[in-house]
Amino acid sequence: MATQHSRSAARLMMAPAVVLLLGWMLVPLIMTLFFSFKKYLPLRGDSLSNGLDWVGFENYARFINSSSFWPSVYTTLIIVGGVLVITVVLGIVLALLLDQPMWGQGVVRILVIAPFFVMPTVSALVWKNMFMDPVNGLLAHLWKFFGAEPVQWLSQNSLESIVMIVSWQWLPFATLILLTAVQSLDSEQLEAAEMDGAPYRKRFIYIILPHLARAITIVILIQTIFLLSIFAEIFVTTGGAFGTKTLTYLIFQRVLESQNVGLGSAGGVYAIILANIVAIFLMRIVGKNLDA
Amino acid sequence: MARAVTTNRKALNTAIAWIIGLLIFFPILWTILTSFKTEAQAINDPPIFLFFDWTLENYSIVQERSNYMKFLWNSVFLAGGSTILGLIIAVPAAWSMAFVPSKRTKDILLWMLSTKMLPAVGVLYPIYLGFIQLGLLDSRVGLVIVLMLINLPIIVWMLYTYFKEIPGEILEAARMDGATLKEELLYILTPMAIPGIASTMLLNFILAWNEAFWTLNLTAVNAAPLTAFIASYSSPEGLFFAKLSAASTMAIAPILILGWFSQKQLVRGLTFGAVK
Repeated sequence: MATQHSRSAARLMMAPAVVLLLGWMLVPLIMTLFFSFKKYLPLRGDSLSNGLDWVGFENYARFINSSSFWPSVYTTLIIVGGVLVITVVLGIVLALLLDQPMWGQGVVRILVIAPFFVMPTVSALVWKNMFMDPVNGLLAHLWKFFGAEPVQWLSQNSLESIVMIVSWQWLPFATLILLTAVQSLDSEQLEAAEMDGAPYRKRFIYIILPHLARAITIVILIQTIFLLSIFAEIFVTTGGAFGTKTLTYLIFQRVLESQNVGLGSAGGVYAIILANIVAIFLMRIVGKNLDA
Repeated sequence: MARAVTTNRKALNTAIAWIIGLLIFFPILWTILTSFKTEAQAINDPPIFLFFDWTLENYSIVQERSNYMKFLWNSVFLAGGSTILGLIIAVPAAWSMAFVPSKRTKDILLWMLSTKMLPAVGVLYPIYLGFIQLGLLDSRVGLVIVLMLINLPIIVWMLYTYFKEIPGEILEAARMDGATLKEELLYILTPMAIPGIASTMLLNFILAWNEAFWTLNLTAVNAAPLTAFIASYSSPEGLFFAKLSAASTMAIAPILILGWFSQKQLVRGLTFGAVK
Protein backbone atom coordinates (compact mmCIF):
# COMPACT_ATOMS: atom_id res chain seq x y z
CA MET A 1 0.00 0.00 0.00
CA ALA A 2 2.51 2.54 1.14
CA THR A 3 5.09 3.53 -1.37
CA GLN A 4 8.79 3.82 -0.65
CA HIS A 5 8.38 7.54 -0.94
CA SER A 6 5.67 7.79 1.70
CA ARG A 7 7.62 5.48 3.99
CA SER A 8 10.62 7.72 4.12
CA ALA A 9 8.34 10.74 4.49
CA ALA A 10 6.67 8.98 7.41
CA ARG A 11 9.98 8.31 9.05
CA LEU A 12 10.91 11.94 8.65
CA MET A 13 7.65 13.05 10.25
CA MET A 14 8.17 10.76 13.18
CA ALA A 15 11.73 11.87 13.74
CA PRO A 16 11.20 15.05 15.81
CA ALA A 17 8.98 13.34 18.36
CA VAL A 18 11.25 10.33 18.63
CA VAL A 19 14.45 12.32 18.88
CA LEU A 20 13.04 14.72 21.47
CA LEU A 21 11.64 11.99 23.67
CA LEU A 22 14.80 9.96 23.33
CA GLY A 23 16.83 12.94 24.46
CA TRP A 24 14.40 13.78 27.24
CA MET A 25 14.66 10.23 28.50
CA LEU A 26 18.32 9.38 28.00
CA VAL A 27 20.19 12.56 28.89
CA PRO A 28 18.74 13.08 32.38
CA LEU A 29 18.74 9.34 33.01
CA ILE A 30 22.41 8.98 32.20
CA MET A 31 23.21 12.06 34.28
CA THR A 32 21.28 10.72 37.26
CA LEU A 33 23.09 7.40 36.93
CA PHE A 34 26.40 9.26 36.68
CA PHE A 35 25.70 11.44 39.74
CA SER A 36 24.55 8.46 41.77
CA PHE A 37 28.09 7.06 41.71
CA LYS A 38 29.68 10.38 42.68
CA LYS A 39 30.14 12.49 45.76
CA TYR A 40 28.35 15.65 44.73
CA LEU A 41 27.58 18.37 47.29
CA PRO A 42 27.24 21.66 45.36
CA LEU A 43 27.06 23.67 48.59
CA ARG A 44 30.49 22.41 49.64
CA GLY A 45 32.05 23.43 46.38
CA ASP A 46 31.69 20.23 44.38
CA SER A 47 30.97 20.99 40.78
CA LEU A 48 31.03 19.25 37.45
CA SER A 49 33.83 21.42 36.14
CA ASN A 50 36.13 20.60 39.09
CA GLY A 51 35.49 16.91 38.67
CA LEU A 52 33.57 14.72 41.08
CA ASP A 53 34.91 11.91 43.26
CA TRP A 54 33.83 8.43 42.31
CA VAL A 55 32.36 6.66 45.32
CA GLY A 56 31.06 3.45 43.81
CA PHE A 57 27.88 2.17 45.36
CA GLU A 58 28.30 4.19 48.56
CA ASN A 59 25.33 6.48 47.78
CA TYR A 60 23.11 3.50 47.09
CA ALA A 61 24.08 1.88 50.38
CA ARG A 62 23.73 5.12 52.33
CA PHE A 63 20.33 5.89 50.85
CA ILE A 64 18.97 2.51 51.90
CA ASN A 65 20.67 2.54 55.28
CA SER A 66 19.58 6.04 56.23
CA SER A 67 17.03 6.18 59.02
CA SER A 68 14.45 7.85 56.79
CA PHE A 69 14.51 5.28 53.99
CA TRP A 70 12.30 2.52 55.37
CA PRO A 71 9.78 4.95 56.91
CA SER A 72 9.51 6.62 53.51
CA VAL A 73 8.89 3.27 51.81
CA TYR A 74 6.24 2.53 54.42
CA THR A 75 4.62 5.95 53.89
CA THR A 76 4.65 5.50 50.13
CA LEU A 77 3.05 2.07 50.39
CA ILE A 78 0.35 3.29 52.79
CA ILE A 79 -0.53 6.26 50.61
CA VAL A 80 -0.52 4.34 47.33
CA GLY A 81 -2.28 1.31 48.82
CA GLY A 82 -4.80 3.33 50.79
CA VAL A 83 -5.76 5.54 47.87
CA LEU A 84 -5.99 2.55 45.53
CA VAL A 85 -8.32 0.62 47.83
CA ILE A 86 -10.55 3.62 48.49
CA THR A 87 -10.76 4.83 44.90
CA VAL A 88 -11.28 1.39 43.34
CA VAL A 89 -13.94 0.26 45.83
CA LEU A 90 -15.82 3.56 45.85
CA GLY A 91 -15.23 3.91 42.11
CA ILE A 92 -16.99 0.60 41.42
CA VAL A 93 -19.90 1.58 43.68
CA LEU A 94 -20.20 4.99 42.05
CA ALA A 95 -19.88 3.63 38.53
CA LEU A 96 -22.70 1.14 39.15
CA LEU A 97 -24.80 3.86 40.74
CA LEU A 98 -24.23 6.34 37.91
CA ASP A 99 -25.17 3.67 35.39
CA GLN A 100 -28.67 3.39 36.89
CA PRO A 101 -31.51 5.32 35.34
CA MET A 102 -32.04 8.63 37.12
CA TRP A 103 -32.90 12.25 36.57
CA GLY A 104 -30.07 14.67 35.98
CA GLN A 105 -27.48 11.97 35.28
CA GLY A 106 -25.29 14.34 33.30
CA VAL A 107 -25.13 16.86 36.11
CA VAL A 108 -24.30 14.24 38.74
CA ARG A 109 -21.54 12.94 36.52
CA ILE A 110 -20.06 16.41 36.29
CA LEU A 111 -20.26 16.86 40.06
CA VAL A 112 -18.44 13.57 40.63
CA ILE A 113 -15.75 14.24 38.06
CA ALA A 114 -15.06 17.85 39.07
CA PRO A 115 -12.34 17.15 41.69
CA PHE A 116 -10.11 15.74 38.99
CA PHE A 117 -9.81 19.18 37.41
CA VAL A 118 -8.77 20.93 40.59
CA MET A 119 -5.03 21.58 40.57
CA PRO A 120 -3.18 19.59 43.25
CA THR A 121 -1.96 22.65 45.13
CA VAL A 122 -5.48 24.02 45.42
CA SER A 123 -7.06 20.81 46.63
CA ALA A 124 -4.26 20.27 49.13
CA LEU A 125 -4.52 23.78 50.51
CA VAL A 126 -8.30 23.92 50.61
CA TRP A 127 -8.46 20.61 52.44
CA LYS A 128 -5.65 21.54 54.77
CA ASN A 129 -7.03 24.89 55.86
CA MET A 130 -10.73 25.03 55.25
CA PHE A 131 -11.59 21.46 56.13
CA MET A 132 -8.84 19.99 58.27
CA ASP A 133 -7.84 22.98 60.35
CA PRO A 134 -8.35 21.80 63.94
CA VAL A 135 -9.87 25.12 65.06
CA ASN A 136 -11.68 26.74 62.14
CA GLY A 137 -11.93 23.87 59.69
CA LEU A 138 -15.32 22.66 58.61
CA LEU A 139 -14.62 19.15 59.85
CA ALA A 140 -13.78 20.55 63.28
CA HIS A 141 -17.15 22.33 63.30
CA LEU A 142 -18.83 19.09 62.31
CA TRP A 143 -17.10 17.14 65.07
CA LYS A 144 -18.00 19.78 67.64
CA PHE A 145 -21.59 19.75 66.41
CA PHE A 146 -21.80 16.09 67.34
CA GLY A 147 -20.09 16.81 70.63
CA ALA A 148 -16.81 15.16 69.67
CA GLU A 149 -13.29 16.44 70.14
CA PRO A 150 -12.03 17.88 66.79
CA VAL A 151 -9.40 15.70 65.11
CA GLN A 152 -5.87 17.06 64.68
CA TRP A 153 -5.93 15.99 61.06
CA LEU A 154 -2.61 16.81 59.49
CA SER A 155 -0.47 16.75 62.61
CA GLN A 156 -1.67 13.63 64.39
CA ASN A 157 -3.46 11.68 61.68
CA SER A 158 -1.31 12.96 58.88
CA LEU A 159 -1.15 9.84 56.73
CA GLU A 160 -4.90 9.27 56.88
CA SER A 161 -5.47 12.92 56.00
CA ILE A 162 -3.23 12.76 52.95
CA VAL A 163 -4.83 9.51 51.84
CA MET A 164 -8.20 11.26 52.13
CA ILE A 165 -7.13 14.29 50.10
CA VAL A 166 -5.48 12.24 47.38
CA SER A 167 -8.42 9.81 47.23
CA TRP A 168 -10.76 12.73 46.70
CA GLN A 169 -8.62 13.83 43.78
CA TRP A 170 -8.40 10.41 42.15
CA LEU A 171 -11.87 9.01 42.81
CA PRO A 172 -13.25 10.79 39.69
CA PHE A 173 -10.63 9.14 37.50
CA ALA A 174 -11.43 5.65 38.80
CA THR A 175 -15.17 6.29 38.59
CA LEU A 176 -15.03 7.62 35.06
CA ILE A 177 -13.01 4.71 33.70
CA LEU A 178 -15.05 2.11 35.55
CA LEU A 179 -18.25 3.79 34.38
CA THR A 180 -17.06 3.57 30.79
CA ALA A 181 -16.43 -0.14 31.36
CA VAL A 182 -19.80 -0.69 33.07
CA GLN A 183 -21.59 0.93 30.17
CA SER A 184 -20.06 -1.54 27.74
CA LEU A 185 -21.52 -4.43 29.74
CA ASP A 186 -23.97 -6.57 27.82
CA SER A 187 -27.28 -5.99 29.56
CA GLU A 188 -28.89 -9.08 28.05
CA GLN A 189 -26.54 -11.30 29.95
CA LEU A 190 -27.48 -9.57 33.18
CA GLU A 191 -31.16 -9.83 32.41
CA ALA A 192 -30.86 -13.53 31.64
CA ALA A 193 -29.13 -14.08 34.96
CA GLU A 194 -31.81 -12.08 36.70
CA MET A 195 -34.57 -14.12 35.11
CA ASP A 196 -32.82 -17.29 36.18
CA GLY A 197 -33.16 -15.96 39.69
CA ALA A 198 -29.57 -14.96 40.43
CA PRO A 199 -29.56 -12.44 43.30
CA TYR A 200 -27.73 -9.12 42.80
CA ARG A 201 -24.77 -10.26 44.85
CA LYS A 202 -24.22 -13.25 42.55
CA ARG A 203 -24.75 -11.19 39.42
CA PHE A 204 -22.17 -8.75 40.72
CA ILE A 205 -19.57 -11.40 41.54
CA TYR A 206 -20.01 -13.59 38.47
CA ILE A 207 -20.89 -11.13 35.73
CA ILE A 208 -20.13 -7.51 36.60
CA LEU A 209 -16.83 -7.94 38.42
CA PRO A 210 -15.21 -10.19 35.79
CA HIS A 211 -16.31 -7.73 33.13
CA LEU A 212 -14.70 -4.88 35.05
CA ALA A 213 -11.48 -6.79 35.76
CA ARG A 214 -9.52 -5.23 32.93
CA ALA A 215 -10.66 -1.70 33.67
CA ILE A 216 -9.82 -2.20 37.35
CA THR A 217 -6.36 -3.42 36.44
CA ILE A 218 -5.81 -0.38 34.27
CA VAL A 219 -7.05 1.99 36.97
CA ILE A 220 -4.70 0.37 39.49
CA LEU A 221 -1.67 0.50 37.22
CA ILE A 222 -2.13 4.05 35.98
CA GLN A 223 -2.96 5.41 39.40
CA THR A 224 0.02 3.62 40.91
CA ILE A 225 2.34 5.36 38.50
CA PHE A 226 0.84 8.77 39.30
CA LEU A 227 0.53 8.09 43.03
CA LEU A 228 4.12 6.96 43.38
CA SER A 229 5.14 10.45 42.40
CA ILE A 230 2.61 12.64 44.22
CA PHE A 231 4.42 15.71 45.36
CA ALA A 232 2.37 18.90 45.63
CA GLU A 233 -0.09 17.42 48.12
CA ILE A 234 2.72 16.75 50.58
CA PHE A 235 4.72 19.86 49.74
CA VAL A 236 1.76 22.08 50.57
CA THR A 237 0.23 20.27 53.54
CA THR A 238 2.97 18.92 55.77
CA GLY A 239 6.20 19.58 53.91
CA GLY A 240 7.15 15.98 54.66
CA ALA A 241 6.72 16.35 58.43
CA PHE A 242 4.62 14.12 60.69
CA GLY A 243 5.62 10.90 58.95
CA THR A 244 4.39 11.88 55.51
CA LYS A 245 7.71 11.73 53.73
CA THR A 246 7.26 9.50 50.70
CA LEU A 247 10.10 8.14 48.64
CA THR A 248 9.54 10.88 46.08
CA TYR A 249 9.57 13.56 48.76
CA LEU A 250 12.67 12.11 50.42
CA ILE A 251 14.55 12.24 47.12
CA PHE A 252 13.33 15.79 46.50
CA GLN A 253 14.66 16.82 49.94
CA ARG A 254 18.01 15.11 49.39
CA VAL A 255 18.48 16.72 45.99
CA LEU A 256 17.11 20.24 46.32
CA GLU A 257 16.82 20.98 50.04
CA SER A 258 19.99 19.42 51.42
CA GLN A 259 21.70 19.50 48.02
CA ASN A 260 23.20 16.07 48.32
CA VAL A 261 22.96 15.28 44.66
CA GLY A 262 24.83 11.98 44.72
CA LEU A 263 22.66 10.55 47.46
CA GLY A 264 19.45 11.89 45.91
CA SER A 265 20.38 10.53 42.52
CA ALA A 266 20.89 7.06 43.99
CA GLY A 267 17.41 7.42 45.47
CA GLY A 268 16.16 8.53 42.07
CA VAL A 269 17.53 5.37 40.49
CA TYR A 270 15.61 3.31 43.06
CA ALA A 271 12.44 5.26 42.24
CA ILE A 272 12.96 4.68 38.53
CA ILE A 273 13.38 0.95 39.06
CA LEU A 274 10.26 0.84 41.21
CA ALA A 275 8.17 2.74 38.64
CA ASN A 276 9.46 0.50 35.87
CA ILE A 277 8.26 -2.62 37.62
CA VAL A 278 4.73 -1.20 37.59
CA ALA A 279 5.13 0.18 34.09
CA ILE A 280 6.04 -3.21 32.59
CA PHE A 281 2.68 -4.63 33.60
CA LEU A 282 0.82 -1.60 32.26
CA MET A 283 2.65 -1.70 28.95
CA ARG A 284 1.75 -5.37 28.50
CA ILE A 285 -1.95 -4.60 28.81
CA VAL A 286 -1.80 -1.56 26.57
CA GLY A 287 0.30 -3.45 24.05
CA LYS A 288 -2.17 -6.34 23.89
CA ASN A 289 -4.94 -3.86 23.28
CA LEU A 290 -3.01 -2.37 20.38
CA ASP A 291 -3.06 -5.69 18.51
CA ALA A 292 -6.77 -6.12 18.92
CA MET B 1 -29.23 -0.28 30.23
CA ALA B 2 -32.51 -0.13 28.47
CA ARG B 3 -34.66 -1.65 31.11
CA ALA B 4 -37.98 -0.47 32.38
CA VAL B 5 -37.74 0.66 35.99
CA THR B 6 -40.39 1.91 38.31
CA THR B 7 -40.58 5.61 39.00
CA ASN B 8 -39.96 4.89 42.66
CA ARG B 9 -36.75 3.12 41.90
CA LYS B 10 -35.68 5.94 39.64
CA ALA B 11 -36.45 8.52 42.31
CA LEU B 12 -34.39 6.58 44.84
CA ASN B 13 -31.46 6.31 42.42
CA THR B 14 -31.71 10.00 41.73
CA ALA B 15 -31.74 10.93 45.41
CA ILE B 16 -28.77 8.75 46.33
CA ALA B 17 -26.73 9.79 43.32
CA TRP B 18 -27.38 13.49 43.89
CA ILE B 19 -26.46 13.29 47.57
CA ILE B 20 -23.20 11.52 46.79
CA GLY B 21 -22.48 13.82 43.87
CA LEU B 22 -23.00 16.91 45.97
CA LEU B 23 -20.90 15.45 48.78
CA ILE B 24 -17.99 14.88 46.41
CA PHE B 25 -18.42 18.30 44.85
CA PHE B 26 -18.87 19.99 48.21
CA PRO B 27 -15.23 21.06 48.83
CA ILE B 28 -15.29 22.93 45.53
CA LEU B 29 -18.69 24.46 46.21
CA TRP B 30 -17.60 25.47 49.70
CA THR B 31 -14.47 27.12 48.32
CA ILE B 32 -16.50 29.10 45.81
CA LEU B 33 -19.02 30.16 48.47
CA THR B 34 -16.33 31.14 50.96
CA SER B 35 -14.65 33.32 48.37
CA PHE B 36 -17.66 35.65 48.55
CA LYS B 37 -17.64 35.98 52.34
CA THR B 38 -15.82 38.39 54.59
CA GLU B 39 -12.96 36.90 56.60
CA ALA B 40 -15.06 36.98 59.77
CA GLN B 41 -17.95 35.19 58.11
CA ALA B 42 -15.57 32.65 56.61
CA ILE B 43 -14.55 31.33 60.01
CA ASN B 44 -17.90 31.92 61.69
CA ASP B 45 -18.98 29.26 64.18
CA PRO B 46 -21.36 27.70 63.18
CA PRO B 47 -20.42 27.92 59.48
CA ILE B 48 -22.70 30.03 57.28
CA PHE B 49 -23.75 28.38 54.05
CA LEU B 50 -25.69 30.83 51.96
CA PHE B 51 -27.03 33.64 54.07
CA PHE B 52 -24.07 35.95 54.35
CA ASP B 53 -23.32 39.33 52.84
CA TRP B 54 -21.98 38.46 49.43
CA THR B 55 -18.89 40.49 48.60
CA LEU B 56 -16.33 40.65 45.80
CA GLU B 57 -13.77 42.27 48.05
CA ASN B 58 -11.55 39.18 48.31
CA TYR B 59 -11.08 39.01 44.60
CA SER B 60 -9.83 42.56 44.35
CA ILE B 61 -7.56 42.13 47.37
CA VAL B 62 -6.01 38.98 45.93
CA GLN B 63 -5.42 40.66 42.61
CA GLU B 64 -3.92 43.76 44.24
CA ARG B 65 -1.66 41.95 46.66
CA SER B 66 -0.31 39.17 44.59
CA ASN B 67 -0.75 40.27 41.04
CA TYR B 68 -2.98 37.36 40.10
CA MET B 69 -3.06 38.37 36.46
CA LYS B 70 0.63 37.66 36.07
CA PHE B 71 0.28 34.12 37.36
CA LEU B 72 -2.80 33.59 35.26
CA TRP B 73 -0.95 34.75 32.17
CA ASN B 74 1.93 32.39 33.01
CA SER B 75 -0.49 29.49 33.36
CA VAL B 76 -2.12 30.31 30.05
CA PHE B 77 1.25 30.73 28.39
CA LEU B 78 2.67 27.48 29.78
CA ALA B 79 -0.41 25.35 29.18
CA GLY B 80 -1.16 26.90 25.79
CA GLY B 81 2.43 27.03 24.61
CA SER B 82 3.24 23.46 25.58
CA THR B 83 0.02 22.23 23.98
CA ILE B 84 0.61 23.97 20.68
CA LEU B 85 4.27 23.02 20.54
CA GLY B 86 3.35 19.46 21.43
CA LEU B 87 0.76 19.30 18.66
CA ILE B 88 3.19 20.62 16.06
CA ILE B 89 5.56 17.80 16.90
CA ALA B 90 2.98 15.11 17.54
CA VAL B 91 0.60 15.52 14.59
CA PRO B 92 3.09 14.43 11.92
CA ALA B 93 4.35 11.61 14.12
CA ALA B 94 0.88 10.30 14.92
CA TRP B 95 -0.14 10.71 11.29
CA SER B 96 2.71 8.61 9.99
CA MET B 97 2.20 5.93 12.63
CA ALA B 98 -1.50 5.68 11.89
CA PHE B 99 -1.38 5.72 8.10
CA VAL B 100 2.04 4.39 7.20
CA PRO B 101 2.50 1.77 9.90
CA SER B 102 5.63 -0.32 9.90
CA LYS B 103 6.69 -3.30 11.94
CA ARG B 104 8.17 -1.04 14.54
CA THR B 105 5.22 1.32 14.96
CA LYS B 106 3.82 -0.57 17.91
CA ASP B 107 7.18 -0.69 19.66
CA ILE B 108 7.73 3.01 19.10
CA LEU B 109 4.31 3.86 20.51
CA LEU B 110 4.86 1.72 23.58
CA TRP B 111 8.32 3.11 24.08
CA MET B 112 6.96 6.66 23.91
CA LEU B 113 4.43 5.74 26.54
CA SER B 114 7.15 4.29 28.73
CA THR B 115 8.93 7.64 28.88
CA LYS B 116 5.83 8.93 30.64
CA MET B 117 6.44 6.38 33.39
CA LEU B 118 9.80 7.82 34.30
CA PRO B 119 9.40 9.33 37.78
CA ALA B 120 10.07 13.05 37.58
CA VAL B 121 11.98 13.11 40.82
CA GLY B 122 14.46 10.61 39.41
CA VAL B 123 15.63 13.15 36.87
CA LEU B 124 15.00 16.30 38.90
CA TYR B 125 18.61 17.32 39.42
CA PRO B 126 19.86 16.86 35.86
CA ILE B 127 16.98 18.98 34.58
CA TYR B 128 17.48 21.53 37.34
CA LEU B 129 21.21 21.73 36.58
CA GLY B 130 20.56 21.96 32.87
CA PHE B 131 18.14 24.80 33.48
CA ILE B 132 20.72 26.69 35.52
CA GLN B 133 23.43 26.15 32.90
CA LEU B 134 21.18 27.30 30.08
CA GLY B 135 19.75 30.19 32.10
CA LEU B 136 16.28 28.70 31.81
CA LEU B 137 15.47 28.50 35.51
CA ASP B 138 12.34 30.49 36.23
CA SER B 139 11.79 31.15 32.54
CA ARG B 140 8.59 30.45 30.70
CA VAL B 141 10.34 29.08 27.64
CA GLY B 142 12.10 26.39 29.64
CA LEU B 143 8.91 25.26 31.30
CA VAL B 144 6.97 25.20 28.04
CA ILE B 145 9.55 22.75 26.73
CA VAL B 146 9.46 20.56 29.84
CA LEU B 147 5.66 20.50 29.99
CA MET B 148 5.52 19.74 26.30
CA LEU B 149 7.92 16.83 26.73
CA ILE B 150 6.14 15.27 29.68
CA ASN B 151 2.82 15.34 27.83
CA LEU B 152 4.12 14.52 24.35
CA PRO B 153 3.55 10.76 24.77
CA ILE B 154 -0.09 11.36 25.70
CA ILE B 155 -0.59 13.72 22.76
CA VAL B 156 0.96 11.32 20.27
CA TRP B 157 -1.00 8.45 21.71
CA MET B 158 -4.35 10.22 21.70
CA LEU B 159 -3.89 11.57 18.20
CA TYR B 160 -2.87 8.11 17.05
CA THR B 161 -6.08 6.54 18.37
CA TYR B 162 -8.14 9.27 16.70
CA PHE B 163 -6.30 9.05 13.38
CA LYS B 164 -6.69 5.29 13.42
CA GLU B 165 -10.43 5.80 13.23
CA ILE B 166 -10.21 7.72 9.98
CA PRO B 167 -10.81 5.21 7.16
CA GLY B 168 -7.64 4.67 5.15
CA GLU B 169 -9.65 4.15 1.95
CA ILE B 170 -10.41 7.83 1.75
CA LEU B 171 -6.72 8.65 1.77
CA GLU B 172 -6.03 6.00 -0.84
CA ALA B 173 -8.74 7.40 -3.06
CA ALA B 174 -7.18 10.84 -2.74
CA ARG B 175 -3.78 9.41 -3.62
CA MET B 176 -5.21 7.70 -6.67
CA ASP B 177 -6.68 10.97 -7.78
CA GLY B 178 -3.17 12.32 -7.66
CA ALA B 179 -3.17 14.27 -4.43
CA THR B 180 0.31 15.03 -3.17
CA LEU B 181 1.31 14.32 0.38
CA LYS B 182 0.86 17.95 1.24
CA GLU B 183 -2.58 18.16 -0.31
CA GLU B 184 -3.58 14.93 1.34
CA LEU B 185 -2.57 16.28 4.72
CA LEU B 186 -4.07 19.69 4.24
CA TYR B 187 -7.38 19.02 2.49
CA ILE B 188 -8.36 15.51 3.50
CA LEU B 189 -6.80 14.57 6.74
CA THR B 190 -6.88 17.82 8.65
CA PRO B 191 -10.61 18.50 8.32
CA MET B 192 -11.42 14.96 9.39
CA ALA B 193 -8.96 15.03 12.24
CA ILE B 194 -10.03 18.33 13.73
CA PRO B 195 -12.40 16.92 16.38
CA GLY B 196 -9.70 14.53 17.60
CA ILE B 197 -7.08 17.26 17.60
CA ALA B 198 -9.40 19.56 19.54
CA SER B 199 -10.04 16.91 22.19
CA THR B 200 -6.34 16.23 22.48
CA MET B 201 -5.64 19.94 22.89
CA LEU B 202 -8.26 20.24 25.56
CA LEU B 203 -7.02 17.37 27.68
CA ASN B 204 -3.43 18.37 27.28
CA PHE B 205 -4.18 21.95 28.25
CA ILE B 206 -5.82 20.71 31.44
CA LEU B 207 -2.93 18.40 32.29
CA ALA B 208 -0.38 21.14 31.71
CA TRP B 209 -2.41 23.68 33.68
CA ASN B 210 -2.51 21.41 36.72
CA GLU B 211 1.04 20.13 36.53
CA ALA B 212 2.60 20.77 39.92
CA PHE B 213 5.99 19.12 40.13
CA TRP B 214 8.07 20.88 37.55
CA THR B 215 6.18 24.15 37.87
CA LEU B 216 6.91 24.22 41.60
CA ASN B 217 10.53 23.19 41.33
CA LEU B 218 11.66 25.15 38.29
CA THR B 219 10.05 28.53 38.91
CA ALA B 220 10.51 31.29 41.45
CA VAL B 221 8.94 34.60 40.50
CA ASN B 222 8.88 35.35 36.80
CA ALA B 223 7.55 32.17 35.30
CA ALA B 224 5.47 30.95 38.23
CA PRO B 225 1.99 29.80 37.15
CA LEU B 226 -1.12 29.47 39.30
CA THR B 227 0.01 26.20 40.87
CA ALA B 228 2.94 28.02 42.44
CA PHE B 229 0.80 31.06 43.24
CA ILE B 230 -1.52 28.89 45.33
CA ALA B 231 1.36 27.06 46.96
CA SER B 232 2.64 30.44 48.16
CA TYR B 233 -0.61 30.79 50.10
CA SER B 234 0.28 27.83 52.22
CA SER B 235 1.23 30.08 55.13
CA PRO B 236 0.34 32.37 56.73
CA GLU B 237 -2.09 33.76 54.15
CA GLY B 238 -3.75 30.37 53.93
CA LEU B 239 -5.38 31.07 57.27
CA PHE B 240 -7.39 33.85 55.68
CA PHE B 241 -10.03 31.52 54.31
CA ALA B 242 -11.93 34.03 52.21
CA LYS B 243 -8.85 35.21 50.37
CA LEU B 244 -7.52 31.70 49.99
CA SER B 245 -10.89 30.73 48.53
CA ALA B 246 -10.93 33.63 46.11
CA ALA B 247 -7.43 32.78 44.92
CA SER B 248 -8.32 29.09 44.62
CA THR B 249 -11.54 29.78 42.76
CA MET B 250 -9.72 31.92 40.25
CA ALA B 251 -7.10 29.21 39.78
CA ILE B 252 -9.52 26.37 39.13
CA ALA B 253 -12.47 28.07 37.43
CA PRO B 254 -11.09 28.09 33.87
CA ILE B 255 -10.16 24.43 34.05
CA LEU B 256 -13.41 23.32 35.67
CA ILE B 257 -15.25 24.81 32.74
CA LEU B 258 -12.92 23.28 30.15
CA GLY B 259 -13.01 20.01 32.06
CA TRP B 260 -16.73 19.67 31.62
CA PHE B 261 -16.23 19.52 27.89
CA SER B 262 -13.51 16.93 28.07
CA GLN B 263 -15.03 14.12 30.13
CA LYS B 264 -15.03 11.60 27.32
CA GLN B 265 -11.55 12.43 26.09
CA LEU B 266 -10.29 12.03 29.62
CA VAL B 267 -10.85 8.28 29.56
CA ARG B 268 -9.24 7.80 26.18
CA GLY B 269 -6.33 10.08 26.89
CA LEU B 270 -5.45 8.80 30.31
CA THR B 271 -5.82 5.11 29.64
CA PHE B 272 -3.88 5.40 26.37
CA GLY B 273 -6.80 3.96 24.48
CA ALA B 274 -6.96 0.85 26.66
CA VAL B 275 -10.48 1.73 27.80
CA LYS B 276 -12.85 3.31 25.34
